Amino acid sequence: MGIKLTIDGKEVEAKNGATILQTARDYGIYIPTLCDNPALEPYGGCRLCLVEVEGMPKPTTSCTTPITEGMKVKTVTPQVERLRKTVIELLLSDHPNDCMTCERAGDCKLQEFAYFYGLRSNRFYGKRRQYTKQDGNPFLERNMDKCILCGQCVRVCNEVQGVGAIDIAYRGFDAKVCPSFENDLNCEFCGQCVSVCPTGALTGRIWSKKGRTIGIKEVETTCSYCGCGCQLNLHVRGNEIARVSSKPDNHNEGWLCVKGRFGYEFITSPDRLTTPLIKRDGKFTEATWDEAISYVAERFKKIIADNGPDAMAGLSSARCTNEENFLFQKFMRAVVGTNNVDHCARL
Amino acid sequence: MAGLVTVFGSGVMTNSVPETENNDVIFVIGSNTKENHPIVALRMLKAVKKGAKLIIADPRRIPLVKHAHLWLKQRHGTDVALINSILHVMIKEDLINKKFIEERTEGFTTAAAAVEGFTPEVGEKITGVPKEKIIEAARIYAAGKNAAIYYTMGITQHSHGTDNVYSLANLVLMAGNLGRESVGLNPLRGQNNVQGASDMACAPNVFPGYQKVSDDAARAKFEAEWKVKLQDKIGMNAIDMMYAAEAGKLKGLYIMGENPVMSDADQKHTLHALKSLEFLVVQDIFMTQTAELADVVLPAACFAEKDGTFTNTDRRVQRVRKAVNPPGNARDDSWIIMQLSHAMGYEMNYADMSEVFDEVGRLWQNVAGINYRRMEKGGIQWPCPTTDHPGTPYMFKDKFPIGKAKFSAVKFNPSLELPDDEYPFTLSTGRQLLQYHTGTMTRRVKAIDTAAHEAYVEINPADAGRMSIDNGAMVRVSSRRGSITLKAKVTNVPDVGVVFIPFHYSEAAANVLTNPVYDPICKIPELKVCAVKLEKIQEDKNHAA
Amino acid sequence: MEKAKTEIIVGMGTCGITAGAADIYALAAESAKTKGLDVRLSSTSCIGMCHSEVLVDVVTPGFARVTYGNVTKEAIEEIISSHVAANVPVAKYVIAQMPSYGKTYDDIPIFGQMPYMNKQERVVLSNCGFIDPLSIEDYISKGGYEAVKKVIGGGDPKAAIEIIKASGLRGRGGAGFPTGLKWEFCNKAVSDKKYIICNADEGDPGAFMDRSVLEGDPHAIIEGMLIAGFSIGASYGYVYCRAEYPLAISNLKVAIKEAHERNFLGDNVLNSGFKFNIKIKEGAGAFVCGEETALIASIEGLRGMPRAKPPFPAQKGLWGKPTVINNVETLANIPRIIVKGADWFSSFGTEKSKGTKVFALAGKINRGGLIEIPMGITLREIIYDIGGGIPNDRAFKAVQTGGPSGGCLTAAMLDTPVDYESIAKAGSIVGSGGMIVMDEDDCMVNIAKYFLEFTQSESCGKCTPCRIGTKRLYEILERITEGKGRKGDLELLEELSEDIRLASLCGLGQTAPNPILSTLRNFRDEYVAHIEEKRCPAAVCKPLITFTIIEKSCTGCMACARACPTSAITGERKKPHFITSEKCIKCGSCFDVCKFKSVLKK
Repeated sequence: MGIKLTIDGKEVEAKNGATILQTARDYGIYIPTLCDNPALEPYGGCRLCLVEVEGMPKPTTSCTTPITEGMKVKTVTPQVERLRKTVIELLLSDHPNDCMTCERAGDCKLQEFAYFYGLRSNRFYGKRRQYTKQDGNPFLERNMDKCILCGQCVRVCNEVQGVGAIDIAYRGFDAKVCPSFENDLNCEFCGQCVSVCPTGALTGRIWSKKGRTIGIKEVETTCSYCGCGCQLNLHVRGNEIARVSSKPDNHNEGWLCVKGRFGYEFITSPDRLTTPLIKRDGKFTEATWDEAISYVAERFKKIIADNGPDAMAGLSSARCTNEENFLFQKFMRAVVGTNNVDHCARL
Repeated sequence: MAGLVTVFGSGVMTNSVPETENNDVIFVIGSNTKENHPIVALRMLKAVKKGAKLIIADPRRIPLVKHAHLWLKQRHGTDVALINSILHVMIKEDLINKKFIEERTEGFTTAAAAVEGFTPEVGEKITGVPKEKIIEAARIYAAGKNAAIYYTMGITQHSHGTDNVYSLANLVLMAGNLGRESVGLNPLRGQNNVQGASDMACAPNVFPGYQKVSDDAARAKFEAEWKVKLQDKIGMNAIDMMYAAEAGKLKGLYIMGENPVMSDADQKHTLHALKSLEFLVVQDIFMTQTAELADVVLPAACFAEKDGTFTNTDRRVQRVRKAVNPPGNARDDSWIIMQLSHAMGYEMNYADMSEVFDEVGRLWQNVAGINYRRMEKGGIQWPCPTTDHPGTPYMFKDKFPIGKAKFSAVKFNPSLELPDDEYPFTLSTGRQLLQYHTGTMTRRVKAIDTAAHEAYVEINPADAGRMSIDNGAMVRVSSRRGSITLKAKVTNVPDVGVVFIPFHYSEAAANVLTNPVYDPICKIPELKVCAVKLEKIQEDKNHAA
Repeated sequence: MEKAKTEIIVGMGTCGITAGAADIYALAAESAKTKGLDVRLSSTSCIGMCHSEVLVDVVTPGFARVTYGNVTKEAIEEIISSHVAANVPVAKYVIAQMPSYGKTYDDIPIFGQMPYMNKQERVVLSNCGFIDPLSIEDYISKGGYEAVKKVIGGGDPKAAIEIIKASGLRGRGGAGFPTGLKWEFCNKAVSDKKYIICNADEGDPGAFMDRSVLEGDPHAIIEGMLIAGFSIGASYGYVYCRAEYPLAISNLKVAIKEAHERNFLGDNVLNSGFKFNIKIKEGAGAFVCGEETALIASIEGLRGMPRAKPPFPAQKGLWGKPTVINNVETLANIPRIIVKGADWFSSFGTEKSKGTKVFALAGKINRGGLIEIPMGITLREIIYDIGGGIPNDRAFKAVQTGGPSGGCLTAAMLDTPVDYESIAKAGSIVGSGGMIVMDEDDCMVNIAKYFLEFTQSESCGKCTPCRIGTKRLYEILERITEGKGRKGDLELLEELSEDIRLASLCGLGQTAPNPILSTLRNFRDEYVAHIEEKRCPAAVCKPLITFTIIEKSCTGCMACARACPTSAITGERKKPHFITSEKCIKCGSCFDVCKFKSVLKK
């Protein structure tokens, strides 16, 4: 049985237990937020999603407030707009505002809100947090002076990844997300925290200066590591992969592991084989495709002619595509003429 | 897989991964899910957060243990005894699903008789798991309304791997935990396209779609499609190939994207076999240890450089899309195969990969409804016989492919090489989170190789203390087949008397040590148990350096 | 029966110990022994007269109990020689006598009639300073645990809820929510487990009501929790107490142990089948952990950060189970209400604010300490009658109630009755009971800055307005006090204060601007003077004041020159001195040492 309420005068209905924000989202009503993530527990930290509810003395955070029957919600009022603007100004007053060189420019929620609220100048100024410590891990870049304390990284690490490598330390203005005792990050390096960070506070180390949004083409594909089959978005710039992300609406819910997220560098490894090689006198020599193909075909044909097709065998790979495997066994069976074909499913 | 085929008529994951979050009991056995199937593990954690009970049966203190309600720390290679004891308790306490057994299975009586002797006391004696925990596990599992079992190589990579699988199948059948959403028996696939490679019949006994080469009708269908006469005789599997090569019976071998030197048991034997060949072609993206031995090496494109599909662990066929061009003259594997085929006088003409997939669909009903156009909206889980079929998240809803599922009477057989005075430790091998398989890819990712640079052997602090081995000290690990030298990692992950080595590192390849004995049915090597000895290496030169 | 001995009772609360009570206790023991006197020496907790510590009471059997104040080493010797040995009270140290113990002495004021006492009404503090907190017998002898027997014996969990509801008791932690109602909500919540938590995370600067009760009457808290637990259906209680209260914690631990031994706590309380156990959770002294959801998070082992309500703890509290959180003072009221009845309790106080309230009176006040008054007496009565007014004949300026979350009340508001509604109407809150008195030498901008510094450094950092907003508020105040205030700063303070009040997650942030808003409302001209005239009217803000020597009255005694740490004062003996302003660091040493009021601070 649904609960009926109105949001901005529109009659809506949702399940008991839903929050105002969830309900609004379902009906396409936009409420700004920096700390909410549908995959995580409601937090109520950033205060951008404040709405007015009839009968409540003060604005309330839509991300944490459960809906009730007959509730009347207003998502845009002069008061909540003023409060949202103040919140963003406050955040910007403690932010490096170095969007020019920031890895996340164009893909940063804080920047986006500053844009929407037209915040060129700021009523507030004062001390800014500045951190110099570089984390020693090879995967994640942590620029904590860009952190807006939305807590998404803390929650995703704890709630989703089950690791709990980070939490908020210190009090007041100096509150800071860090590993215990400010040690270097020592975790599973899944980068889930990076994927939920709304600003440039957390980025991939190898993403640095590979491209932001301009000139980036996203290609959706399937991860080539384990059998989970996670959906990846390869961010391609030119002929290079700039970084990897994943969409929250896929079967892996946008989550990836360290290999899927950061393990693509092998593609451009200098060790890649770039030309056919034929071993002559125990040494590999480079060959053209025509040479290699006809050489292999001849040798195969000779073995078949001399010893029958069952003197040939093929080993295929669980790393290759279905189509390649299909063609491979078809090659062995239809062209070579043997059922001596297998793969490495057992390992 | 062959085990499950015998029992159900199909050897796939019965459920889809997203269903995991609605399990109320999760029984993980022989799967280090958090490290090897990280994203499946996240669904498990989600279920635990929703209130599911998590039972782990694993000799090692794997990361998931932290979240478990019950951890059964069975001795290596004693899974059958453990499961039989659990079954014994279920039968004795009348925790079995009689209706399901009656309607959908056969062979219950003999299976029940086989576990008669496996009292929790006997179970405790063999497995080392306290009998109270065995009883508790039985009760928790049987009480689950949405109970599912997950396993991987910890179950299969044994000389009695098929027996392990049979006993797990007995467990789900006993509880009637099949044919519904979020209940079932789920072998998690280790590599990205193990399922697909099996489906596509890179196997000596079947055509694509598990259609037996010996089946005349099936063969006729393929012959008609391919317009060529096909063999009806079952071919050699990978293990037989190596012995045949050593024996000189196999002359030519064509390897695509595989590195048996690193991944197979008993490296010495594999090397010898490959060197005995008359002609070896290796097609890969890197100069692997296997490629080094080849007569011809053909440079292939990697996943980001080509179009195609992978079928993941839960039978989900998903698109692989080209994002960048391959380096230099490297080419798609499919292009290379087609060229070779052409050169050998057989035309393979496909405009693109979708045509190849369509051909698969024509030959195998289960994917007939899947095509590239449909996959634009996301992966589809087979069976999917028609284009208006939504795909199949869970299997065996109304019936098993073989009609009634078969119980098996499973006897406990110890592993073939157990520790003795000379080789007092049990060695188990496997994967770790950061590296992948034989390391050809991950070891070329700087960040990963920085974080997980070296080979290591995990040793329990008690053993390390007794032998005065410090964390980080170099040790020599030897088996009857060879020895390797690597760093000691002193940790309470393995139990006393057990050591663990990840197999990703060629400089200290675990498979130099492993025992090349195979499950008689599945031909999977016993990579999880062999006997080794440890020696501390006195290396003063390390200090000098 | 043993012959009654003369009793010496030393006040050994934290305040007493700080003033040297431990030494006095040891001396008393030694002195009595040396003199061969057979006395019973014991300790008690704080009676509230912090301005007179160390306090020692002497009871000669059959005579009134005599309280001595400001007892020094010499004094204790004299008291033992004279009063203990010869039953002759030492007049010069005497504060008052209590006739209830026996025959009165001549010329000694009666305790209850002293100005400090006669307007107080001791309910919560009735045992404090009178019983040995480490003795369950003492507590029982004062009627302790009768309430538990009555409630559990009655068997109906709802009975006590009805009594508490009828009494009108409201939460003493600050918010003033009706206690009975809170219990009723939790009683009605359906759950396999429920919890009662005693909130002893007292964090307001200058407030120590809860500490004194925990130290002085721990069994009252246990009894209150037992009754609450029985009423709501909880078998577990937690006392969340800051680790900075070691004596309170150790006294409570002893009390819990003794209560177990007497079967008041345990798996079968008083053989009734009711199970109740109490665990102490020591907090790390974070102010925000006084906020109930943050407190719950802290007990759960998480970082003490508040979460949004609803759900309220009564629905979803500790470990997700229905939970009642009551403040120490609230719980200490419970047994008394049960025993003496709702009508008795509601006979104190006003129509909407029933009962008594404990306050920690501090600041510029002659008789600071812990007081308990019936709700409804005026601020003037508290400050002038009980507190004895402002020291050194300075003029009263304001009183801050409700700690950093409260506001200041001015001289014009001195006749405001102290109850929830009236104080709120006057622009502040009753709060947990801190009451800081300020005189004409206090700069209200500086006071506001002090409180903002406190709330800012105690903010958990979770929500933006509190984390960054209070920092910016503090910084604006800082620049005003440094003479760098600008036009528009006051408006900015007001705008930002209002937004922080509306947008913050928890009470800490929502009330953090209160000290600014109330001082701006009442002392706006002081702010203006700082900004526009670059002048601190109270002469507190160093960058804005100058020290000069009044030539006319300077005697040239050279005291100021000797005291000056930077040699900024020059001048010959017997001739007027001179301060070189470039060298002056405005430490005020000269001002303090000048006997002729010849240093002008302006």
